[in-house]
Amino acid sequence: MEEHLSVSFVRTEPLPQLPPPATEQGIVKWLRENLFSGWLNTLLTVLSLIFIYKLASDTLPWLLNGIWNTDSLAECREILDGTTGACFSVLTDRWNQLLFGFKYPSEQYWRPTLAFVLLIVAAAPVLFFDLPRKMLIFTGLYPFIAFYLIWGGTIWTPIFALLGFVVGYVVYSRLVRNSFATAFFSGIAAALVSWWLGGFLTDLLASETPALEAVQSRDMGGFMLNMILGTVCVSLSLPIGIVLALGRQSDMPIIKWICVVFIEFIRGVPLITLLFVANVVLAYFLPPGTSFDLILRVIIMITMFASAYIAEVIRGGLAALPKGQYEAADSLGLDYAQAMRLIILPQALKISIPGIVNVSVGLFKDTTLVSVISMFDLVGMIRGPILASTDWNGVYWELFLFASLLFFVVCYSISQYSQWLERRLQTDHR
Amino acid sequence: MTTITDPPKEQFRLSMLLNDTRYRSLTFQFIALLLLIAAFAYLGSNLITNLRAAGLNISYGFLGEPAGYDINQRPIEYTSQSTHLRASIVGIINTLIVAFLACVTATIFGVIAGVLRLSKNWIVRKLMAIYVEAFRNVPVLIWILIIFFIMTAALPSARVYLGEDPERDLFLGLFAFTNRGIVMPLPVFQPLGWAVLGVFIASVFGVIAYRRYATKLLYDTGKLLPMGWPSLAILILPTIIAFYLLGQPITLDRPDPLANRFNLQGGVTILGSLIALWFALAIYTGAFIAENVRAGIQAISKGQTEAAASLGMRPGRIMNLVILPQALRVIIPPLISNYLNITKNSSLAIAVGYMDVTGTLGGITLNQTGRAIETVLLLMLFYLLISLGISAVMNVYNKSIRLKER
Amino acid sequence: MKKSVFLGALTVAGLAAGAAAAGTMDDVKARGTLNCGVTTGLVGFAAPDSNGEWNGFDVAVCRAVAAAVLGDASAVEFVPTTGKTRFTALASGEIDMLARNTTWTFSRDVDLKFEFVGVNYYDGQGFMIPKELGVSSAKELDGATVCIQTGTTTELNLADFFRSNNISYEPVPIETNAEAQQQYLAGACDVYTTDASGLAATRATFENPGDHVLLPEIISKEPLGPLVRHGDNEWGDVVRWTLNALISAEELGVTSTNIDEMAAGTDNPEINRLLGTEGTLGEMLGLDAEWAMRAIKTNGNYGEIFAKNIGEDTPIGLARGLNAQWTDGGLLYSPPFR
Repeated sequence: MEEHLSVSFVRTEPLPQLPPPATEQGIVKWLRENLFSGWLNTLLTVLSLIFIYKLASDTLPWLLNGIWNTDSLAECREILDGTTGACFSVLTDRWNQLLFGFKYPSEQYWRPTLAFVLLIVAAAPVLFFDLPRKMLIFTGLYPFIAFYLIWGGTIWTPIFALLGFVVGYVVYSRLVRNSFATAFFSGIAAALVSWWLGGFLTDLLASETPALEAVQSRDMGGFMLNMILGTVCVSLSLPIGIVLALGRQSDMPIIKWICVVFIEFIRGVPLITLLFVANVVLAYFLPPGTSFDLILRVIIMITMFASAYIAEVIRGGLAALPKGQYEAADSLGLDYAQAMRLIILPQALKISIPGIVNVSVGLFKDTTLVSVISMFDLVGMIRGPILASTDWNGVYWELFLFASLLFFVVCYSISQYSQWLERRLQTDHR
Repeated sequence: MTTITDPPKEQFRLSMLLNDTRYRSLTFQFIALLLLIAAFAYLGSNLITNLRAAGLNISYGFLGEPAGYDINQRPIEYTSQSTHLRASIVGIINTLIVAFLACVTATIFGVIAGVLRLSKNWIVRKLMAIYVEAFRNVPVLIWILIIFFIMTAALPSARVYLGEDPERDLFLGLFAFTNRGIVMPLPVFQPLGWAVLGVFIASVFGVIAYRRYATKLLYDTGKLLPMGWPSLAILILPTIIAFYLLGQPITLDRPDPLANRFNLQGGVTILGSLIALWFALAIYTGAFIAENVRAGIQAISKGQTEAAASLGMRPGRIMNLVILPQALRVIIPPLISNYLNITKNSSLAIAVGYMDVTGTLGGITLNQTGRAIETVLLLMLFYLLISLGISAVMNVYNKSIRLKER
Repeated sequence: MKKSVFLGALTVAGLAAGAAAAGTMDDVKARGTLNCGVTTGLVGFAAPDSNGEWNGFDVAVCRAVAAAVLGDASAVEFVPTTGKTRFTALASGEIDMLARNTTWTFSRDVDLKFEFVGVNYYDGQGFMIPKELGVSSAKELDGATVCIQTGTTTELNLADFFRSNNISYEPVPIETNAEAQQQYLAGACDVYTTDASGLAATRATFENPGDHVLLPEIISKEPLGPLVRHGDNEWGDVVRWTLNALISAEELGVTSTNIDEMAAGTDNPEINRLLGTEGTLGEMLGLDAEWAMRAIKTNGNYGEIFAKNIGEDTPIGLARGLNAQWTDGGLLYSPPFR
């Protein structure tokens, strides 16, 4: 065998693979690509790092050196003795006031707490479609349970309120096969009649000492008030918003214009002027002698406000549906009510859910504005009784930090949920 | 032989009002109208009864009476002897000032944050995400109060700048940053000063003309004239020459630390409450705008960038000529509704004592005159007009940018 | 059909309205609680403590009225009001009386149709300023920045004072007392102006109250008193004479401690009439004989209420000054009980 000597060296096996250069792997690569990929990026990185350092060096000592167990600001300052530190003890001292206001009977705090926990249970089947549909029954009952828990008093009030709905629904479902309109209005009438009767019966049946002590609306306060206003107004504004949106899309000019004027008027003025109306003007428009309490007037105004915005979101959803859907409904011979209920609204609402959630988050944040009209919600509690008290006069940061944190947790979770839902509902493939 | 017979005339029955689709909509509208009228009549009659019972009446006469209170930011001539109407107008102008400033600043914040959220830089991206989430998820009222407190606590009192031997010197000899506001010099125009201003305005037109000419030259002959330096020269040089030739006719009214024992005198003060409200609204709304900008840029499909790149465009040009014009169509409508929100949220000025229209008309005037219904109505009318105005602009814009499908 | 329901609702509402338009006193008795408008929080005058109990000088008046009318000093629903909302709340019937350091002025009495039933505190607007500024008179305040709490007569008095003295100032209007205080302490304003009593109350909460002085000028008359709606004279009388009973009790030496023995009968016929052991004053008011006794027993007489809430032994430390009895050179002068 003769070897080819013209080739001095032939590699018979491949070289082992070299690791990539140090700058092209692991953390260094990541740093290079993500933080220092050019002079602009490097500059931004350095600026950001300086910013973070400044922020941390200013706030961390204050946060970590916080004092949690004193009874007044003076005492807290004495302990701190000139060093930097937060007086978080205002939060522990006034914890209940921040959450429930200062007039809700303290031995009854379990009631709103329970109502809040049940709210999560009740909201779950609405928010997550995978849960068993039977849970919706509880959701339907929830408003009455929550009302009873928070306001207390005689149990017959929520029972008769519920009964009214049931009677109305029964009447409606009996008649709906003939004509939707007749059934709908008869249902409402039946409900009204049964509420009216219920009113009498409640007075008769109510015992002197109800199982749950009655709490007046004006005793609500703190973060609980924000939650109540937020939940009640959003849930009430949904049906009103749907009606307004349908009205605005309607062919009937008068109805259309009523809806347009209402929506544009409400959307054109700041919420605070509507709250002024609730606070100083609305009383003049009610029959002499009736006095709604402030919370009810505020709920009416905020609900009007929210429903105008929700109506616009739903209108967007209605407009986004392809025309074919409407035509398909017509060609099947469905009447307006059927077409809306069975074909248009389910799809339009689905498209609108992210928008509705956004409006709800915005509305929940806006409930803090009630502090401007002397209601003691979370912000009102802070700006009013707590800062005005001799003990805690001068604690600003700790209180507002707490308030922001509370709102952030709630609003951020809702918006995360909304994004998750948006991804889930995305049925088109991009 | 065929005869055409009319279909038998249908007898009109009352039940057709409800059951026949031809009449039903009329019935519904009629009922709706009746209900509406009834509701208004009901509310109106309540109002009249209540007012009569209280011995009050609706009258706008108070607008002509002297207001009696002072306002700390007076864009137009106003004293405590001016009328309530004038106080309201001062408030309206103040609302527009803060709304305008906040809109401009919010747009800047929003665009920067929105673009940076798509940056390749991890740390910047995360910082911007934190900014957006933190500000979007906390009520604006809390932010206004927090920023107001930060201003008050972080900046020194005006006293540190005062006296023969102040603790702190004016910044550049011109500016003072205090928790009452920022004091800065005010240019004073002597008669010839206006001529200098005229020269400057002429130079601005000069720059525009030069740029037009350069573009035309480029398209016609392909010759590229330099843009940056000549523009700058045309803009600045004539003004400076005119300024010195005419004997420096514009002087500065500097803040004077010696004239008064309480405050810097002279110059112009931007109030702390204005700054707090302005920045709170700008940062808060900026977070929303950032999301719109991000969504707008992401909405442009990647193919557009690639197509532009394959035509040989530079990245800057791709952004300017391909991405942005398309993204703007997505960005602008929500942007305008954010401007609307800023204007409406500026009514929270009462939380920091900035005298906008809610502070004057809806605040002190309401308190002093007790005319709740009238003032609240006027207040709503004002905001409604502003909103409708902005919506009208928005509709015109939406029409102009609608995709022209031919 | 819907229309008939609506009309039905209208009728029901109308009937309810007709039934409700009775006197305030009957309303209060039927309701069992007194709705009393107070401030949203001013230490010493009306502020909720950490247990949510309202306390203070104005609150004591509400409690006295509740004790006189309902026999239960705790049967009061306190409705916090701001400067903006207080008058509407009263006019619309949301509250039965307003005890929120409200200044008795001509236009409020005549134009806004309210009835001031008396004066429970003679106040005046003053100025507070840091000692280090070395100011001794309000006339030296030319060019100063002044913090004002909005929603009161304060803005008008301030504008008038500076204009009549021909000196300039920069107003900084602030919503709440707590925020005004923060601004003042941070030096965002040189001077804080509000009612002198409020200034004293505010200064009491400072870390170093000694660093701040109240200027001698009192630039306005601020007679503060409870008020009710115009036209309901029975109710106005009840509130007026409850206040007068508190004042008279101090003048006559009736205190919460000795009231029980005095109620057994004394040699002084006026005390007897006041406490209902003689004459029928209570009946004339539409109340029982012991109405005044209950009112006084609740928190003591005027002097005791003053001492307990805002007097010299409290952190607020106000001297009686103008608010002493007329026998001591003050302005408190209750009409006689006969």
